[in-house]
Amino acid sequence: MTKQKSGVFTKVYIALIMIFLYSPIAVMIFSSFNKGKTLVWKGFSLRWYGELFKNKAIISALINTLSIAVLASLFAAILGTAAAIGINNFKGKKRAVIQNVSNIPIISPDIVMGVSLMLLFAYLGNIFRFEMGYGTVLISHICFCVPFVVLNVIPRLKRMDPSLYDAALDLGCNQWQAFFKVVIHELMPGIVSGFLMSFTYSLDDFIITHFTQGAKFQNLSTEIYSMLRRQIPPTINALSTLLFVAIMIIMIIINIRDRHEEKVKNGK
Amino acid sequence: MKSRKLTIPYIIWMLVFTMIPIVMIGVTAFTDKNGAFTLSNFNNALFYTNVFTKSLFIAFISTLICLVAAYPLAYMMTRMKKSTQNTVIMLIMIPMWMNFLLRIYAWIILLQQNGPIDTALSLLGIHGTYIGNTGAVIAGMVYEYLPFMVLPIYTVMSKIDNGLIEAARDLGSNSTAVFRKVVFPLSVPGIISGITMVFVPSASTFLVSQYLGGTDDIMIGDVIDKVFWTDQNTGSAISLILMVFIFIFLVIMNLFGDEEAIA
Repeated sequence: MTKQKSGVFTKVYIALIMIFLYSPIAVMIFSSFNKGKTLVWKGFSLRWYGELFKNKAIISALINTLSIAVLASLFAAILGTAAAIGINNFKGKKRAVIQNVSNIPIISPDIVMGVSLMLLFAYLGNIFRFEMGYGTVLISHICFCVPFVVLNVIPRLKRMDPSLYDAALDLGCNQWQAFFKVVIHELMPGIVSGFLMSFTYSLDDFIITHFTQGAKFQNLSTEIYSMLRRQIPPTINALSTLLFVAIMIIMIIINIRDRHEEKVKNGK
Repeated sequence: MKSRKLTIPYIIWMLVFTMIPIVMIGVTAFTDKNGAFTLSNFNNALFYTNVFTKSLFIAFISTLICLVAAYPLAYMMTRMKKSTQNTVIMLIMIPMWMNFLLRIYAWIILLQQNGPIDTALSLLGIHGTYIGNTGAVIAGMVYEYLPFMVLPIYTVMSKIDNGLIEAARDLGSNSTAVFRKVVFPLSVPGIISGITMVFVPSASTFLVSQYLGGTDDIMIGDVIDKVFWTDQNTGSAISLILMVFIFIFLVIMNLFGDEEAIA
């Protein structure tokens, strides 16, 4: 579409949307530095940050969240890429059935998925004598991560020249080399975006973890949930502020890198 | 490379962790505690008819607000410089990367008594309660899911071929006509996926209404959460009904999408 200088109306509209998106966050950041417990300003203090780092429950929940997100996305990337390559060789009805079933975890409401997995784990737990915890949460997260990888890899497969693989074989690669050096290399952008989507959703998940966590496991969301139930502790403001700053830094780095790459491309 | 065998692990995975759990919900919904067939769970579920209607209503209004707010935003974004577009996208995504519960919590702070909004409006002489009502729930929903509406519409719009717009102009269309006859019809797939991505989670989520709404703003997700821990059978029946509703909704949205694609 035609690019032009934005008009006043555009600027005002975007400013309003940004105010809507950021004022809750701004209030949280502001309160995190407040000495007092309420919103009334009692002076600048880093007290809540100190208390946050002393809070072992939050720290271990944060570690759980991160490790589940990394493991679930990694496992989903492997399982999903293999699945996508296989699915790409199916045609017609069979392919449609596999893809539709694969999409169920994305389409169905989180709460239904959480409840259904809880039923399964409770049933299996009775037979095999295990309790819900880290393992069941990990499996559940993999469940909703794999479809993202499949959805991101299949378009890359469609665009890939099938003779590339044969060419690699002709040039002396064995099957494994041809697979890893050529096919996976070609699919990498799709795998990476599937991985990133999985990672984001896993970090953010509350509902599915809530139903499959068992009695002892906590991730960040469920930990905040139980904190909110008791009272509203100001340490949460400090936690939010730190998370916000971390995300901000990551996004800015990504943005700068993208711009740099664009410049390199244009320079060529 | 030609091997279909690579799908086998995933097919087994889906069977165990997607299909069987759904079948289990179905079975649990139609049986009593001793495993005998019964329809009484659905009878119990009827008790929550009002909650169902209210949930669909809240989800509908939230989706509508998201659409009305997001569509012009997406359109404006496509008309900016590429680098500005990326920055705006980034700014829209950042709150989405914060934790789901922290986003709701931020709204509790914002809307609570003696909170910033209350204080500001009191200075203007307006007094009222801004938390604990349906409006607060809808505000929270729009906040949670607005990016899910903006992103698909923006993606589809930014792919519209500039040549089409120029062609329409050359053939004598003014900007209104260009928008009505070219930009809008081509953006419909984005609207459809935006509506789906906002409506499904907002109809089925829980907590938002617990924290921001009043006692009569309880949503179907909250009911499932509450009931399921004590009575899995009734909980499953409600989940099943919710699933059927969402399925019908998706089928209808699909029909819309197909029709537009043909027209």
